[in-house]
Amino acid sequence: MRIINSAIEPDKLRQSLTADAAGAYVAFEGWIRNENEGQGVLRLEYEVYAPLAVKEGAKIIAEAREKYPILNAACVHREGLLELGECAVWVGVTSVHRDEAFAACRFIIDEVKVRLPVWKKEYYVNGDSGWVNCERCAMHAQPERKVAG
Amino acid sequence: MNKNITVRYFAGFREHAGVGEETVSLRAATAGDVYELLKDRHGSQEPLGHCKVAINDEMADWSTPVNDGDTVLLFPPVAGG
Repeated sequence: MRIINSAIEPDKLRQSLTADAAGAYVAFEGWIRNENEGQGVLRLEYEVYAPLAVKEGAKIIAEAREKYPILNAACVHREGLLELGECAVWVGVTSVHRDEAFAACRFIIDEVKVRLPVWKKEYYVNGDSGWVNCERCAMHAQPERKVAG
Repeated sequence: MNKNITVRYFAGFREHAGVGEETVSLRAATAGDVYELLKDRHGSQEPLGHCKVAINDEMADWSTPVNDGDTVLLFPPVAGG
């Protein structure tokens, strides 16, 4: 698990996951899009508390390894100011067969989104800005409400 | 008895408080007490369950006891990815 303030380069990162036994590689990239909840977005600023984000991310990857028979897994998250189209988060997983790589990749990104101490501020087309209050994350934090997927 | 607690605010909490860190004297038994007693500082109306807390750089629960000299990190709802 790494936090970086320069461009994420998936093609380079995937090299760290290769293994002779690997028959599958699944990756997820989260990109900056131009809209959120009906408002036009110009750019995003990520604030990360790196010491704990790295620790918590490593824990999530360890959990994925326990849960699924995968070969390698890694995650990189950006901090700082990002423009539209930039990659904000990357998750890569290799395994012998594809099923466990898909499942583990999904598990890691879902947990990363609700557990890492990361916050994003959106800068809107109309000049406003605001911290995103992740609704889905809030729901996830309440044990009595279940989120599909 | 009051305890000296160093509190660190993040994202929206920091912007509301106007500082990233301060040391306060509080009559607090748990991390949850710290959050409640500092409502005017972080300005959050969020229920505790939506936010997270760490003590001395370890993720903690709101029921975790706080001790004199601890650093309590108050995290607004996270939104990574």
